[in-house]
Amino acid sequence: MIKRIAGAGLMLLSAHALADSPANFMARYAQAAGVAVTALSPARGEALYRGEHPGKNGAKQSCASCHTASPKQAGQTRVGKRIEPLAPAANPQRFTDAAKVEKWFRRNCTDVLARECSAQEKGDFIAWLNQLK
Amino acid sequence: MNYVLRGIGVLATVGTLSLLAFSLPSGGEARGDGGGDDLMPRLTHKNWQQECASCHLAYSPALLPKSSWRRVMGGLEQHFGENASLDPATQADILRFLEANAADSGRSRIGDKVMQRMDTKAAPLRITETRWFVKKHDEVPRATWARTSVGSAANCAACHRQAEKGVFDEDTVRIPK
Repeated sequence: MIKRIAGAGLMLLSAHALADSPANFMARYAQAAGVAVTALSPARGEALYRGEHPGKNGAKQSCASCHTASPKQAGQTRVGKRIEPLAPAANPQRFTDAAKVEKWFRRNCTDVLARECSAQEKGDFIAWLNQLK
Repeated sequence: MNYVLRGIGVLATVGTLSLLAFSLPSGGEARGDGGGDDLMPRLTHKNWQQECASCHLAYSPALLPKSSWRRVMGGLEQHFGENASLDPATQADILRFLEANAADSGRSRIGDKVMQRMDTKAAPLRITETRWFVKKHDEVPRATWARTSVGSAANCAACHRQAEKGVFDEDTVRIPK
């Protein structure tokens, strides 16, 4: 009984200690895409970030529309709320929570590209952001 | 030995109970609204604060009726032109909180005032469409809303400098140039 309680406590602790990291996400997305992590391309990731697509009222939109030209800077939502920087170098909280990462890829790829992003694209995207110093 | 075992038993029970208490769905807590309609009811609810406030101010549930909140939460994939979709459990949790504290929940003075000016069958999607909001802002010229420093009427904090704290009285208003 006591051992079981202690065991449950340890499991809770270790679940907290195992926070996700950008490198974990890159590995996971590469695996889902069926490629090696080394095959992820920061250049393609940057192209995805800067790529312009038809937006509202004929205007063009890209990730940079809200996140600014530099992912190391804070951005702004359409109603003026601050968006913390995307690049882990400027914001260590980025890419540490799987539910959050998937939620925002789902929402923002649908908004900007009018489709979901592939595992390869997500991997490339994080590979680019993660090597910014 | 007996005491030690009993002690461990007590500790384990207390631990389990407190774990249970923290894992129960957060129901939100109304603690009064100061009696006027310049102060939003002070509410806490983890998912409401985390999710709704990631793009805009966590607008008070007291500003729209239940029927409105059902429409808002039922259409998050097209939320004023943006995809704000949530997982079903979080979505349901937030909707329960919004309904429990909605304008027509009878739980806040400000909600009563919003309802006084609302058609019984109305379910507006925007707080800015309610007659209460329009009346409250009737002295603000159209051009002021259009200023880039304001952005849109959805940006309460542009002028209500203490909006994040739920404070909306006129003394705290500074309209930016």
